Amino acid sequence: MEKFKTLTATAIPLDIENVDTDQIIPARFLKVTNRDGFGQNLFRDWRFQKDGSVNTNFVLNQPQFDGPILVAGDNFGCGSSREHAAWALTDYGFKVIVSSFFADIFKGNALNNGLLPVQVSPEFLKELMTTIQADPRTKITVDLEAQTIGVDGSNHSEAFEIDAYKKTCMINGYDDIDYLLSKKETIEAFEKTLQAY
Amino acid sequence: MGKTLFDKVWDAHVVDTIDNGPQILYIDKHLIHEVTSPQAFNELEERNIPVFRPDQIVATADHNTPTINQHLPIKDELSRKQLEQLSENCKKNNITLYELGHKYNGIVHVMAPELGITQPGMTIVCGDSHTSTHGAFGTIAFGIGTSQVAQVFASQCLLLTKPKSLRVSVNGKLKNGVLPKDVILYIISKIGTNAGTGFFCEYAGDVFENMSMEGRMTVCNMSIEMGARGGMIAPDETTFEYVKGRKFAPKGEAFDKKVVYWKTLPTDNNAVFDKEYHFDAEDIEPMLTYGTNPGMGIKISEFIPETSDASFEKALDYMNFKKGETLIDKPINFVFIGSCTNSRIEDFRIAANYIKGKQKADNVTAWLVPGSKQVEAQIIEEGLKAIFDDAGFELRQPGCSACLAMNDDKIPQGEYCVSTSNRNFEGRQGQGARTILASPLMAAATAVEGKIIDITKQLN
Ligand code: SF4
Repeated sequence: MEKFKTLTATAIPLDIENVDTDQIIPARFLKVTNRDGFGQNLFRDWRFQKDGSVNTNFVLNQPQFDGPILVAGDNFGCGSSREHAAWALTDYGFKVIVSSFFADIFKGNALNNGLLPVQVSPEFLKELMTTIQADPRTKITVDLEAQTIGVDGSNHSEAFEIDAYKKTCMINGYDDIDYLLSKKETIEAFEKTLQAY
Repeated sequence: MGKTLFDKVWDAHVVDTIDNGPQILYIDKHLIHEVTSPQAFNELEERNIPVFRPDQIVATADHNTPTINQHLPIKDELSRKQLEQLSENCKKNNITLYELGHKYNGIVHVMAPELGITQPGMTIVCGDSHTSTHGAFGTIAFGIGTSQVAQVFASQCLLLTKPKSLRVSVNGKLKNGVLPKDVILYIISKIGTNAGTGFFCEYAGDVFENMSMEGRMTVCNMSIEMGARGGMIAPDETTFEYVKGRKFAPKGEAFDKKVVYWKTLPTDNNAVFDKEYHFDAEDIEPMLTYGTNPGMGIKISEFIPETSDASFEKALDYMNFKKGETLIDKPINFVFIGSCTNSRIEDFRIAANYIKGKQKADNVTAWLVPGSKQVEAQIIEEGLKAIFDDAGFELRQPGCSACLAMNDDKIPQGEYCVSTSNRNFEGRQGQGARTILASPLMAAATAVEGKIIDITKQLN
């Protein structure tokens, strides 16, 4: 997993609530057995028209917006447990998703793939969204160590929460498998006690 | 302070606690399928890590499988490869697989309870969000991502922070024509699609106590649609009776011993929940969704609300519905009875009971897709297939089918489908398809009438 400490970059405003995993990556693209290439089908049915042509109304296709930060409406990532959603977002180039609310499984999947979910207040999200919409070159700084997110050149910033263990993993690029394997003996000892009931 | 059902099962599975961090939770059973496991197997192989407890893993093929001509080679190349990969991975790692065509094959959340793999007091995970279904047995069961599938392969454990507790109580007598599916759609319509985020839910009250295991599974199945990681119902005589005698259930004395333990699991009287909701059974009617998330539901007698915000309007636009209108009399061309929410034998009995002696409307394509080979066999054995055939319905072979339209069972662009599945997201049942979630009774009635009707008028 890639390490993450801090990031300053432009962002893409996806002003839609309840973005579910079927929108992030439709089921028909889940038939492959590796992790690569999902980015090309990210938000597939929003990015492309039914006839395959580009939907220029969709924010990802608007040239003024770009960057590795996605600022999305409330309740992002609801729906299925497919980790393909996190893979599609990272493969497309996103490193941070900002929303006022994340679905549980999506949040876990994102963290397991070095994609940082930053949960902010609804007010801050709204402010962020309108600021970026007004000026697409606006730079956002996400500082994981300090747990803050802010708009560069302004005093708009907010603190965000993250589980201390997950924060350490993100900063150092560790994953849970390494940790669990180091606990094998404890797990085996526990298994013996399980037989009791 | 007393403990909740969830506390008791969770605490019994904590291997260790990291200071200021998550806990290591032991997983009793790990269910896998073709779509979310291959990358986890790859990861283990790349890192040279063996599967730790292959005996505690059971595999099935369901998401991708065709629902006709299952005896023939699969035409879609990618699907075929994904299934071949699953067989290969299971063989290599000594994992039991009920592959396509096997008499125990089926949707993972239908076949596991049916085989007695799911038992009270267990922890069960699967790379599928509707793993919450198994909570009907008083089991902690939840969906995980593929990285976590790899973690369980490697260690039979997961690193997790204990969720908060939520209880939804429904008491009273359900009205005629109101099914478990209506109960859960009603709850989600009232509390919203993210009320449960960060929580594990317990369903309590006499409505659930009086429900069959099939009904309880329907309810717990949709816990994820209100954002909860899982839902649970206290195990009782109904649960023990269901588990008893199933293939993997403990037998004889071992079973009796388990029952003694299982009886200690229900929530203590003095336990406190972080959040509680109470509903009155009499207030529930047959439910329908009109939008693009499962929380956008109304009673059959109600009208689409007059809300004005961008997301709401976008959803109505997609569905081509108007604010303030009723869904009654809307013509419908597709009906799907299936998915891990409503594809158990009870669901087909309800449908058959309604359909018997009637005919499917000519404009309707109606797919009945059993949740497993065992359900399929039972449908035939009980004579339900004959009823469906006579009425012009098509009984297909088991699988996830039109629930997520990964195989060929897709609803065409712009068409409405009254569906017993659990998600009405944009494009879920096919690109541009419009899904209306409902109970198997409402679905059967729609197929017969060719339009949505107020079923309560027919029943009373
Ligand atoms: S039936 Fe639908 S919801 Fe259930 S496991 Fe299959 S795809 Fe998922």
